[in-house]
Amino acid sequence: MTYQDPQILPSDITPQAVYKKRRQLIQAAAAGSFGLALAPWFSREVLAANAQTLAATPNPLYVGKEDLTPLKDVTGYNNFYEFGTDKRAPAENASTLQTRPWTITVEGLVKKPMTFDIDALLKLAPMEQRVYRLRCVEGWSMVIPWDGYPLSSLLSKVEPLGSAKYVEFVSLADRKQMPGVNSPILDWPYREGLRLDEAMNPLTLLTFGLYGEVLPKQNGAPVRVVVPWKYGFKSAKSIVKIRFTEEMPTTSWYKYAPSEYGFYSNVNPAVDHPRWSQASERRIGDPKGIFAPKIKTQMFNGYGDQVASMYAGMDLKKFY
Amino acid sequence: MKLVIFLLALLPLDRLIYRALTDGLGANPIEFITRSTGTWALVLLCITLAMTPLRLLIGSSQPIKCRRMLGLFCFFYASLHFVIWLWLDQSFDLAAMLKDIVKRPFITMGFLSFVLLIPLALTSTHWAQRKLGRRWTLLHKLIYVIAVTVILHYWWHKAGKNDLQTVSIYAGVVFILLCCRIPWMRNQLTKLKLS
Repeated sequence: MTYQDPQILPSDITPQAVYKKRRQLIQAAAAGSFGLALAPWFSREVLAANAQTLAATPNPLYVGKEDLTPLKDVTGYNNFYEFGTDKRAPAENASTLQTRPWTITVEGLVKKPMTFDIDALLKLAPMEQRVYRLRCVEGWSMVIPWDGYPLSSLLSKVEPLGSAKYVEFVSLADRKQMPGVNSPILDWPYREGLRLDEAMNPLTLLTFGLYGEVLPKQNGAPVRVVVPWKYGFKSAKSIVKIRFTEEMPTTSWYKYAPSEYGFYSNVNPAVDHPRWSQASERRIGDPKGIFAPKIKTQMFNGYGDQVASMYAGMDLKKFY
Repeated sequence: MKLVIFLLALLPLDRLIYRALTDGLGANPIEFITRSTGTWALVLLCITLAMTPLRLLIGSSQPIKCRRMLGLFCFFYASLHFVIWLWLDQSFDLAAMLKDIVKRPFITMGFLSFVLLIPLALTSTHWAQRKLGRRWTLLHKLIYVIAVTVILHYWWHKAGKNDLQTVSIYAGVVFILLCCRIPWMRNQLTKLKLS
């Protein structure tokens, strides 16, 4: 892949060391404000709520010149209906999620169906950091440094059969750990899907972390996919099963409202959502403040060079 | 009494200003203030509509004396809601705005509600009331239409994300308040007071 994001400069990313230093400062400041006596207790809490680091090497092909969305917004503004429909609900409720032990079962039209343990998955391929734009179907966007490796590294291990045309992702749906699953808002478990070539595209990332730390629970811990040229909901979170199929899988949102959430759901400024235009987007945490004008949405979220060929000859208004 | 209600009705705005000054509007501040002002316009609409049944229940005309101010506050929050949309969402692009209004039923309903509120706000003075006489009462019955278009606006906005719990509650409240206008229900309410 010789693709180079035109908007990119490696120097634009906050180096992990600097970023960590900032966190330490914030931690120290917070602990200080609670008084010296409480400081050890407080920092223990911070450690407990927080995160192991994830050693990932920045991939120079995927760094953007755009400002990164602040971590607090990436982890505080989420659509993850298993933990509630409000955008703040996942951050409030996701602590009950048990991310260990965790396995992903890969089955269906494959020569070697397998179950992978999360620790085995973490070591399956070299971990890289990629900065991707994330465009939500609701008209907002973020810029996030994800840590993971191409999904194809996992999928090729099980040797898909020639008849396999699609890949279906099934998320965890456990009423005990996920309060939202008790509401009949969707037909649980959450299901998403990609065409096989989309799943094998080098951009499609099997993701274990962001900002150099293991995935926060509200962001789909312990493992999710990230498909940056499609609307955010295509990137299934907290995955427990991957199935190869011949038929196009019926995805959760398509099942609920087929006219609003098509199977492809490629970011496309020319195809409106029935209730709003998709021509522009609002960047979360825009440093220019709330009066910053909206950003023009790019075809395939700006990843056309790498993905447009997969849709050659397709009417993307019909296959939205 | 009126002063207390006036100050109370300003609280949602105070809260927004306070949050704006303390970085408390969350990750998507524009969405937050748009939704907040929309919600409070609806809440004030419901409170305004509640004044008639309340009068029947307590047998005092006090609620009716506060009704105009509550209605104007409803219009005030609806105006903020509309201006934020026009400014921060549509960037004052009137052509884009009109296109959206024609194309998207939920925007149509929101815009219609706002437009219908304007004559009510303009004729809220005692002078207009005297001048219009019986026609004033007829004109202000528009609020029942607005209540319905507002609920449709909210409902269609939420539909498609399968998140209808909150809007269902508001729809229920508006339904009950409108039912209170049915003559039979009015009589029941009046009887409740007497017993």
